[in-house]
This record gives sequence, structure tokens and C-alpha cells, in this order.
Amino acid sequence: MQGKPGKVALMAAWSVEAGFYIAAIAISLLAGALVMAAAGVTPWEAYELMWQGAAGSANSLKETLVKATPLLFAGLSYSFAYRCGLFNIGAEGQIYVGALTGTMAALLLPPMPFGVHLPLALLCGFLGGALWAGIAGALKVGRGASEIINTIMLNYIAIFLISYMVTGPLMDAAGSLPQTAKLPASATLPQLAGSRLHVGFFVAIGTAIVLYWLLERTTWGFQLRSAGLNRRAAEGMGMPVRRNLLMAMMVSGALAGLGGYVEIAGVQHRLMQNFSPGFGYDGIAVALLGNTHPLGNIISALLFGGMRAGANSMQRVTGASTSLVYVIQAIMIIVMLVNKHWLGGLKKRIREALIRKVERSDSASGSTQLNWNE
Amino acid sequence: MDAATWSSYLASVLRLAAPLLLAGLGVLFMSRSGILNIGMEGMMLIGALAGVVGASYSGNVWGGLTTACLAGACIGALFGFLVITTGADQVIIGTAVNLLGLGLTTVFGRSLLGMGTETVKVDSFPMIRIPLLADIPLIGPALFEQNALTYMALLLVPAAGMLLYKTNWGLAVRAVGENPLATDTLGVKVHRVRYACCLLGGVLAGAAGSALSLGILNQFTENMVAGRGFIALSAVIFGRWTPSGTMLASLLFGGAEAMQLRFHWVHVPYQFMLMLPYVLTMAALAWFSGRTKQPAATGIPYKSAANRNG
Amino acid sequence: MKLTKIRADTANASVPILETRNLVKRFGSFTANDNLNLTIRTGEIHAILGENGAGKSTLMNMLAGLLEPDEGEIVYRDKPIRFRSPRQAMEAGIGMVHQHFMLIPALTVAENVMLGLKNGRGPWFRHAKACADIRRLSDSFGLDVDPVAKVGQLSVGQQQRVEIVKTLYRGADFIILDEPTAVLTPPETEELFRVLRALREQGKTIVFISHKLNEVESLCDRVSVLRSGKLVASAPMKSTDAAELARLMVGRDIVPPAPRPVPAKSEPVLEVRELSLRRKNAALLQRVCLAVGEGEIVGIAGVDGNGQRELCEAIMGLSVDSAMEGEIRIRGSLVLRPKPKTMTELGVGYIPEDRQQDGLVLPMSIGENLILKQFRSKRFNRLFTLKRSRICEAAEAAVREFKIKTPAAEHPAGKLSGGNQQKVILARELMQRPKVLIAMQPTRGMDVGAAEFVHRRLLEERARGCGILLVSTELEEVFALSDRIAVIYKGRIAEVVDRAEANVDTIGLRMAGL
Repeated sequence: MQGKPGKVALMAAWSVEAGFYIAAIAISLLAGALVMAAAGVTPWEAYELMWQGAAGSANSLKETLVKATPLLFAGLSYSFAYRCGLFNIGAEGQIYVGALTGTMAALLLPPMPFGVHLPLALLCGFLGGALWAGIAGALKVGRGASEIINTIMLNYIAIFLISYMVTGPLMDAAGSLPQTAKLPASATLPQLAGSRLHVGFFVAIGTAIVLYWLLERTTWGFQLRSAGLNRRAAEGMGMPVRRNLLMAMMVSGALAGLGGYVEIAGVQHRLMQNFSPGFGYDGIAVALLGNTHPLGNIISALLFGGMRAGANSMQRVTGASTSLVYVIQAIMIIVMLVNKHWLGGLKKRIREALIRKVERSDSASGSTQLNWNE
Repeated sequence: MDAATWSSYLASVLRLAAPLLLAGLGVLFMSRSGILNIGMEGMMLIGALAGVVGASYSGNVWGGLTTACLAGACIGALFGFLVITTGADQVIIGTAVNLLGLGLTTVFGRSLLGMGTETVKVDSFPMIRIPLLADIPLIGPALFEQNALTYMALLLVPAAGMLLYKTNWGLAVRAVGENPLATDTLGVKVHRVRYACCLLGGVLAGAAGSALSLGILNQFTENMVAGRGFIALSAVIFGRWTPSGTMLASLLFGGAEAMQLRFHWVHVPYQFMLMLPYVLTMAALAWFSGRTKQPAATGIPYKSAANRNG
Repeated sequence: MKLTKIRADTANASVPILETRNLVKRFGSFTANDNLNLTIRTGEIHAILGENGAGKSTLMNMLAGLLEPDEGEIVYRDKPIRFRSPRQAMEAGIGMVHQHFMLIPALTVAENVMLGLKNGRGPWFRHAKACADIRRLSDSFGLDVDPVAKVGQLSVGQQQRVEIVKTLYRGADFIILDEPTAVLTPPETEELFRVLRALREQGKTIVFISHKLNEVESLCDRVSVLRSGKLVASAPMKSTDAAELARLMVGRDIVPPAPRPVPAKSEPVLEVRELSLRRKNAALLQRVCLAVGEGEIVGIAGVDGNGQRELCEAIMGLSVDSAMEGEIRIRGSLVLRPKPKTMTELGVGYIPEDRQQDGLVLPMSIGENLILKQFRSKRFNRLFTLKRSRICEAAEAAVREFKIKTPAAEHPAGKLSGGNQQKVILARELMQRPKVLIAMQPTRGMDVGAAEFVHRRLLEERARGCGILLVSTELEEVFALSDRIAVIYKGRIAEVVDRAEANVDTIGLRMAGL
């Protein structure tokens, strides 16, 4: 059906979408409040503390950015794969493997200046993640095996692999904890303004922008988007779709891998087992809320990062568990999904009512009717 | 290694396999109807907590099991609503359910059971010992001296087989997972069948969680499911989407877990034993692709025939 | 293959079992069924003839409960009916055997037939009883169906019989078969006809949708012809013949094309020699030989499903799972292993049959769709970056030149109407200034004005020297555009004639295999 949606119809559609989006967030927060109350925490107090912890002071903001960094990398990883028609659930594993390969570069390479060592280590992290995702990608392209399942399997294999490495070959000889030795300064991300905030955040932002440019502006990104939207047509146009999909999977893994090493080099300064509280899986939520758009991911990563930072201070004061944040985030995802998929009919009715209302007031005031069909 | 050690090892294999088997059967029914459930972790956690809470409030372990199954049914219904009625992406919903399960159980685990200082201990499921048979060397204790829930899990395998292959409803489930459109034209209510499978999956997930918290570890601790939800999914895939295959795979994976708990083999770090289920599943998936495949309509939301014409 | 020409006497059963009265069905602005008044009599085999897009499937889908009419009514056994679901239709006794089977390959025949039914009390699926019932039913109609076999392992003919058993088991008295012989070999077709006649003996009413004139002639008692959504004729088979039916299907208004310069004989731009294609033991193309000269339009006439699509796909390198033999030459040079990319680079343009699946990426804008093949060229990219402004320019130019109706050049292709989508594809392919153009159903779903535009544009390309291979089920179109006409039937080229010597009736008969 073709028509000329006049400005009125477009405005109506936009405002309905925005309205529902805001309502979705509000409902999530409300549901979160209910859960808090049921768990014996005062919602208002908790939310206020969360806000304080997330954005209430310079320190809080810095903490938000620190927490947002790995989430942004993971979100970009999932988003990139999604845009290519792939489902990479393996960011968690790719984060671990990237952290491992980056740490190995940091610890095992001969001493070298900061300007060389750090980029090299970051590159190794990047490549480690690419390799790990490439396994699932090759199985998908070669054998048609579901990348959803394989990437989940590789997650656990990665976690155990790192556990083995930090309790075995890479274990810090000086102590008895399951962790590596401290990273040399030449391979560490410098910190800013004397706080926990490290350069890694800006690396993440830079990556998001590069990714946006890659997807939307380059020929390769164009090929990937085409294949993601209509694989058959892309093949018919002569694009090397299988090769592209494998490479796309590897890039997606590389983003997570880079994020893994960034987290180690910026925050922990040594590799330890179970250092990720589920960054990879959170990345999926971040990507969803950011509509899988690289720039949207930045915003949702900040939102989630803020919630995590806020949850820490909330816990310090009220004793309420940080896991409340998980609940709120899960509710948010669910509400967003319902908003996206189920409310189409309701939104349409409201949109049309709005349009009729504007129409009536237009004709009442005597202005010419906009000519459109819908 | 002497007979007694082996015998006790085999017994623990079955005990550890029980939660995997129960969860696996839940995933199996959902998969056969065309729904991919990667949210088993969250569902099992909820079942585990509900089981302990129910047991401590009602004073007996069966109350705990019932509570766990009810909680599981609720989560299963939510999952079903999101996947079937809303038609949203099943992978994201699974991730959200995992997140939800982890969050809710950690928060309410503390508030309902107290924090840190004293973990509530509950009775386990009663052990059932079959006289005479339990005295058979080696396999006797393993097969004939287990807790009640393990026996129930094992009995569910042939029950599931009968349900899936010998009833009209089971036929509808299998058909819906392969070709919902064809099934719809014959008058079978696709959505209803899928909802039923989600509920069943939820109940079994709840039972699986309580098998863990009430049957094995006798308490609830944060994030205690520790990946078993995904191992259950692996078991279904490795078992080629059949009840007996799921059982064998669960035993295999349970065996690996038992092995790394009991035997510390000098040359093989325990982490590699823990990796085993996942590596095997990947190998199986790569090997099968092209032969036995998952139900053809897995993961695809279905719009009823009436809505799609025009 | 010689079909026995037995025509049954239907003198006894002249009572109408189904009537449609002023039946109308629209899809948007397109009227698929326009005031149909059809009568089908009890116990007869009634054929519904018509070209692609004539409205046959729409009509049958309404009878089978998959669609609801917009206007008019359907009267079955003297009662007006309105089915809201296939199940309701089945309960009334109307069963349909679809062109694409509604079967589940992983399950057995018995399971497929019994799905959704209660066989006995209780929840148990009584396999043995089901098998016995099915055997009995199948024997009484001579269907020879093995209830225990897995459907996925049956041949196509056997699968079709399972579909028939499915409807009979549910008590169907009125059975609709949609293009049943499209997928059958000649012996399987004979088998099917035997079965259908046996069903008729038992008092069942059969509706047989088809293109194939000779089959209709030998099997059916009465025939109705649909064209462009309207019923143009309905008569007993005895009173007509294949030639007249062909004429009715196609219509008489074939306008002789405007005189135009005959292309000089030259080296062919596209040449196909002894091209054979096999897929899973079925021969889809058999030793096809065809040549298209510079500035020439060769039209391939034929009923859908006789190999046209396979031919075009083979030339472009889009065939899957198939073994190909023979030669393809583009401007004289042999192409050993045709691939889409190679063909595009050699200057071959392609307008696919399924525009939405194969021709466009619907969520992308018009501009992005235009560069799906050209994104590597210097015009649209520099150092791997796309030149946005150039793409916009190209989109705007295409909108102007092809008169694409869209609110903005940035509009996603999915929101355009079918005809405008086709224009985007055309714009894209012609933008490359192809030397060879393969056009499949170029004006399908377009209104008259848009179709005329496309025809004019194709003629302009022809004048420019482009060799066009035109595939169309619309004989009018083939006649209007082609310099030479080839008829394809069951994977072979049956005849190639110059336009000046071609005759609609003969072509129509060749299309039907006669």
C-alpha cells in the first residue's frame, strides 16, 4: 500500500512510539519498585541511592563509565552480528578468551615501550575474540550448525579454560590466588583524573563510532547488511555471502575480545577467573535496548552501567542486594519486547485517533486538509 | 580402584544426572514443539529456591517439590506468553529469563532465607532402597538405592516417550514443531499445544531445580545452578531430541561431573572434565548437521493461517 | 505419452452441489476474483482453467476456508456457507490437495493422516487401528498407500496420494486439486487419473485446477475458464476442444506490434547449447539450444513450471543442488562455471521471477537497492566507502526516469507497491547498460500504464543493441515484444518461430504439449 504520509501522520507515529517507550521504562521501574518492596527494601530510598551512585557526583559518573565500558563492547558485539543476520550469544566466552590472549601478550612478550606494548596487547585481545567466535562461525558456514548453540557451548569452555590457565600455567608465582601476575605498566590502560575511570571507555566509544561507520558507510558493511536482511538476494547479486558471514562473526567476537582485555587492562590489572559477572549476556540486553544500532548501544550501555554503579552504592547503604539490578533489567527487556511486538494494534488505534483529532481541529480552523492516503 | 569406590561413583552419577534429566525433558518438550529455550538456568534457579522455601515453610520435602513445580509453571507460562503470544525473539527472552531468575533468587533468597550467617538446611528426599536388588555388587547401590526424586526422573523417561510417541497430543506436539502451517490447516491449535509444552517445561524445570537444592546440596545458595541449565540443553541436542537420548546424555554428563568431583587425575586438570559436556555437544552438532536435525520449525514464531492471508 | 481419452457420461448427476454467486475478492486495489458465478455439479470432474494470476487459487482458497470473500456468496449443498478456517471446510466435506503439500516429512503416513483427529476413546494414538483404517480406505479407492512409511521417503506421486487419503479420511465429498500434475511424471499422472475416476464412480465431486489442456480434455467432464479474475466460459468438455480453450484462456486481443526495424543478423550475445539440468534424478532441462542476437528480443512462451525458471537460473549461475551440462556463451566467449558475479561482470542483467525474495532487499532504501550490484564501481565508492550523495542522485534519477511512485527516494523498497518495486529492479539492471538482459515476468502484478512503460523501455534497450531473453506466461506480452518466439514444454524447446510467422493458436497448443 503506497501513500503520502503527511507530516501529521509521521508526527503521530513518532510521538506514539516515544510515548510507549517512555511508558515502558516507567513500568519497568515501577515493577522494580514492587520487587524491592517485596524484598523488604524501600523503593524510593533505593532508587534515590541508585541515582546518586550513578550520576549524583563526579565520582559516580566516572564509576558509571567504568561499568559501562565492558557492556558497550559486549553490546556492540551482539549488535554487529545481529545486523549481519547472525546470533552471537558467545560474547561472554569471547571476552574471556580476549582477556586471556591480551594478558598473555602483556605478560609473555619481552619488555617494550608503552606505545608498542599496549596496542599490541589490545590487538591480541581483539584477535583472541575473533578466533573464538571464528570457531562457531566456521561451523555455521561449513556445517550449517546453529551458532546460537555453539557460541553458548564455547562460553563455558572458555570460562573453564581461563580457570585452568590462571590456576596453572599463568598463575602468579608470588601468591596462591587463582590469578595471574600483575600486568606491566606498559600494557595497562592509563587512568584518568585519579579515579577508577580508565581510557578504555574512550576506546569503547571510538569503537562504536568506527563500527557505525563500517556498517553504514563502507562497501563491506553494505554487503553484510544486505546478507543480514535478505541472504538469498545477496547471494543472487553475486556477493560472497558465506565468506562475509564468517568474517562478520569473527569481527563480532573480536569486539567482545577487545572488551575483555580492556577490562583487565583498565580495571583489574591482572587476569583472574570469573572476572565477568555476565558482561556477555548483559550485552544482549544492551543491544536490544539500543535497537542494535552502534550509537544506540552507547546510550543503553550508559543506562545499564549507571544502574550497576548505582546498585553498588545502594547495597553499601541499605544492604539490598545488587542483584536487584538484574531483576529490573530483566523486567525492562521483557517490557520492551512486549512493547515492540505485541502492542502494534493498540498503537495503531491511538495513532489514528490522534490523526483524526488533528484533522478535525485543522478543518475547524479552516486550514487546508493535508492530502494523504493511509 | 576397588568395587566400593566404583559403586559409590556410579551411584553419584545417577544422583547428579537427575537434575539434568528433569531439565532436559522440559527442554525436550519445548524443543519438539518448536521453541528454543535457553533460559533454563533462570527457571531452574527459581525452582531451586522455591523448593527450599516450600520445604522449610511446610516442614516436608514434598511441599518443597510442589512449590518448586508451581513456581516453574508460572515462569513457564510467562515464557510461553512472551514467545507465543508476543512472538518476540526466543533467544532474547531466554536471556531475560536467566537474568530474571538469577536476580529474583538472589534477592529473595536473602530475604526469605536469611543472609549469610545461617543457611537454611532442609531435609533431602527420602532414600528408597529396594532390598535384594540393592545388594548386587557394583550396580546395586547405584540403581536400587537412590532418592525418590531420582527414581521419579528415571520413570519420567518412558512416560515422556509414551506421551510423545503414543498419544494424539504427542503427535500434535511433534507435528507443530515440524510444520505448524500444515498442522494448523488440520485444525490443531498450534498456540495451545506450544503453551502446554511451555508449562510442562516450566514444571520440569522447577522439579530439576529442587532436585538440585533439595536432593543434592540440601540448601539454596546464590547461582547454584552453575551452568546446568545449558548442560540440559546440550543433553537434549546430544540425545538427538529423544527422551531416551536425553537420559543417556544426562548420565554421560552427570558422569563427567561426578568424575571431576571425586577423582583428581594427576594429568588431567579438572577444568577439562567440566568442559566435556560442551565439547561433546559441539562435536555432536557438527556431526549431525545434515542428518538428524532439530525440529524444522524451531525458533520461528508462528502466525496463524487466518492472519497471514491477504 | 499418450493419454487415454475417455470422457465419462455425466447425464445422471446434473444437480449443482456448489454455486458461487457474484463472488468478489480483492487484495488492496487488485481484484483477484471479479463477480464469479460458477456452478459445479455433483459427481463430476470439473476443470478450472486459466493462466497464472487469473484467480484460480484465490477462488479455491475461499472454498477451502483459507480466505473469506469480500462480496457475494458461496452455496454448498443448497446452504450458504462462510468458512473461517480450513477445519470448518473439512467438516462440511470439502477437502483440498494443495500444490505445495501440507505434509510433515518426518512423520509416517498414518500420523500425517490422523493428525488432529481422535481415533478411538482416550488419549492414545492407536497406530494399528489407524493403519488398518487407512489400508481399507486406500484399497477401496485403489490408492495403494502404505500407512507405515515415513512421508519424507515417499515419491511425489505417493505423497500426493497421501494428501488425497487425508481428505477422504475426513469424509470429504468435494475434493479440490490444485495443479496436481505439475509435479508428476507421465505414469504417475495416469495413476492419478485412474484414482480420480474411481473417486467419481463413488459419487465424489472433483475440482481439477490446471493449465494443461490435453489432460483436462481427457479427464474432465466440464470446464470453466478464468481470465483476469472473470469467468469467461463454462461448458461441458464434449462441446469444446483444446484449441478453443487455449484461445479462451489467452484472450483474443493480441494487438499486432508496431512495425520496427528487423535486427541485423549478428553474433549472438547470448547462446545456450545443449544445456541440460538435473536435480535429484529429475531432468529439468533437456538439451536446450537457444540464441539471442544483438538487439533482438527472444520470448519464451510456456506454462509456468516447464523449465523457464530453471533455464534463466542456470544461465545466471543461480541453480542449487543441480548438475548442469552444456555450454553457455556470452558474446562469443564460453562461460565455464556461471556465477552471478561473473555474469554481471560480463554485462548480463537479470530480472528475477520472485522480486521480493530474489530481487530486492525490502527494508533497504531505493538507492541502496539500486547499488546492490554496482557498489564496487568507482561511481559509488571510493576507498571502500560508499558515496552517499552519488547514491542519492542515482535514486532520484531512477525515480524520475522510471516514474516510480514514492514519497521520497529514501523510502524503503518494501513500502512500494509491487509495480514500483519492479521498476526499481528494472532501473538497477538497466543502469549497468547490459548487453544481455534476462527478464522473467517483467510486468507481473503491474497495472496497464506501468506495464506499457516497461515494454517501451525494453524496446528502447533493444534498439540500443541489448539482446533480451524474455520469459512470460502472458502470451500477449510475448507477442507484443518478441522478434522470435520459443515455446518451452517440459524442459525442452518445442519450437522457435519468427514473430511474423507465429500464430496464437499454434503457440497455445505447443505450450500445452500438442
